[in-house]
Amino acid sequence: MTNVSAKTIRDTVEELCVKAIEILPRDVLSALQRAMEEESNPLSKDILGVILDNARLAAHEKIPICQDTGMTYVFVELGQDIAIEDGYLYDAISQGVARAYVRGFLRKSVVSDPLFDRKNTGDNTPPVIHTEIVPGDEVKITVMPKGTGSENMSAVRMLTPGDGIEGVRRFVMEVVEKSGPNACPPLIVGVGIGGMMDKAAYLAKKALLREIGSSNPDPRVAAFEKELVSAINGLGIGPGGLGGATTCLAVHIETYPTHIGALPVAVNLQCHAARRASAVIRSEKRVLL
Amino acid sequence: MTFESPSSISVRERAWRGAKDVFLPFTGENEKVLYSLRAGEKVLLQGVMYTARDAAHRRLVHSLDEGLEVPVDLRGQVIYYAGPCPAKPGTVIGSLGPTTSGRMDRYAPRLIEAGLKGMVGKGIRSLAVIEAMVKHGAVYFVTVGGAGALLSKCVSKAEVVAYEDLGPEAIYRLEVVDFPAIVGVDSRGNDVYREAL
Ligand code: SF4
Repeated sequence: MTNVSAKTIRDTVEELCVKAIEILPRDVLSALQRAMEEESNPLSKDILGVILDNARLAAHEKIPICQDTGMTYVFVELGQDIAIEDGYLYDAISQGVARAYVRGFLRKSVVSDPLFDRKNTGDNTPPVIHTEIVPGDEVKITVMPKGTGSENMSAVRMLTPGDGIEGVRRFVMEVVEKSGPNACPPLIVGVGIGGMMDKAAYLAKKALLREIGSSNPDPRVAAFEKELVSAINGLGIGPGGLGGATTCLAVHIETYPTHIGALPVAVNLQCHAARRASAVIRSEKRVLL
Repeated sequence: MTFESPSSISVRERAWRGAKDVFLPFTGENEKVLYSLRAGEKVLLQGVMYTARDAAHRRLVHSLDEGLEVPVDLRGQVIYYAGPCPAKPGTVIGSLGPTTSGRMDRYAPRLIEAGLKGMVGKGIRSLAVIEAMVKHGAVYFVTVGGAGALLSKCVSKAEVVAYEDLGPEAIYRLEVVDFPAIVGVDSRGNDVYREAL
């Protein structure tokens, strides 16, 4: 057994929130840069120019890339040989989020209940936490602040086996087309296929954590990802939704076995402010990735 | 990837080079310019605008409908659909990019009727909003979603003028300099998104 203190978890989450919100991951920046170089529509090129200048400015001056600093998603891969000391894991994560948003001057965008008073909780808690128990004695934490512009255009649909890959293609295209400018394209399109309804949605969100440039290990799925990238870019929605060649930077598909009678599909859209940051904790040593 | 020094990042000299200056609010002489703007044109906004999002809109429209006093005289003014991050010490305001305008579509015609002349946001507007714009003379600007850091640097002054209890959804009066935007829907109803798709 290795011990990790709740305080270390809290501090790590705080650091990751602030880092994610101010510094766009390298793979996202490179993909945006490439898109700008290849864009021929002058207005779209200029919009990508502003998006890139914005990211540079944010990193340099420690300003949130986007004012929607999101609802905070925290993904935890918890080694089964770890014991958390001096506190409850989820409390530590929440405290880390609260500290980051209060001390880091980030926008608090979470309301306490969805239907009635919709009162701001004041510190962006609670986060949404997904935990997976994995072998080993390390804990990996990934923070993804998720904005609502792209989230509101996301969707789940229960297709049936007869709909097949053609049905999935049609659904993905429909969701992207409908999102138009609202999801702040260029997008990363996360697609979850399989399991049941909730599993598909989870896979779609998890797919957004993959680096741009990575592909699904199954070559058939990888080919489908490529095909969808071209089809989506053929829609001509473009940067900011004002036309152009780059509507998406990547399509990431994750799959899971499913029921003989089911074909659940979820499409989770991510905007160009595709913010995420990870760290691995081993004993009390932290490595920011 | 290397970062250039941010002092070299001036939108007027970079992506928005050559864009036309548009002075706000649209009162007096400025109002004439409104009618000359055409969908798709790049502009640099200069002057005063007010922020308002969902909750502030709900209150504004409620007050108008009930005949109550409205905290901001909307005549000739421009509303920016945005809710900022808090200002860090020593800065004017935190990150401040546009939110999705479509959520305000159910309120906008009422405000346009009350004299609102401009809106700034991102995304498509409903036909009802566009009709109200053509009827009363108003313009919709779009700016770059997700560019909140850069846009916050175009704000030279910010103060909360109403609904402080709403936090990021309070109404701020902003003074902006070289705020980059595109004419999204002009006063004749031409729509840049419907042309693009
Ligand atoms: S969709 Fe993304 S980039 Fe656009 S406003 Fe929301 S968080 Fe920001």
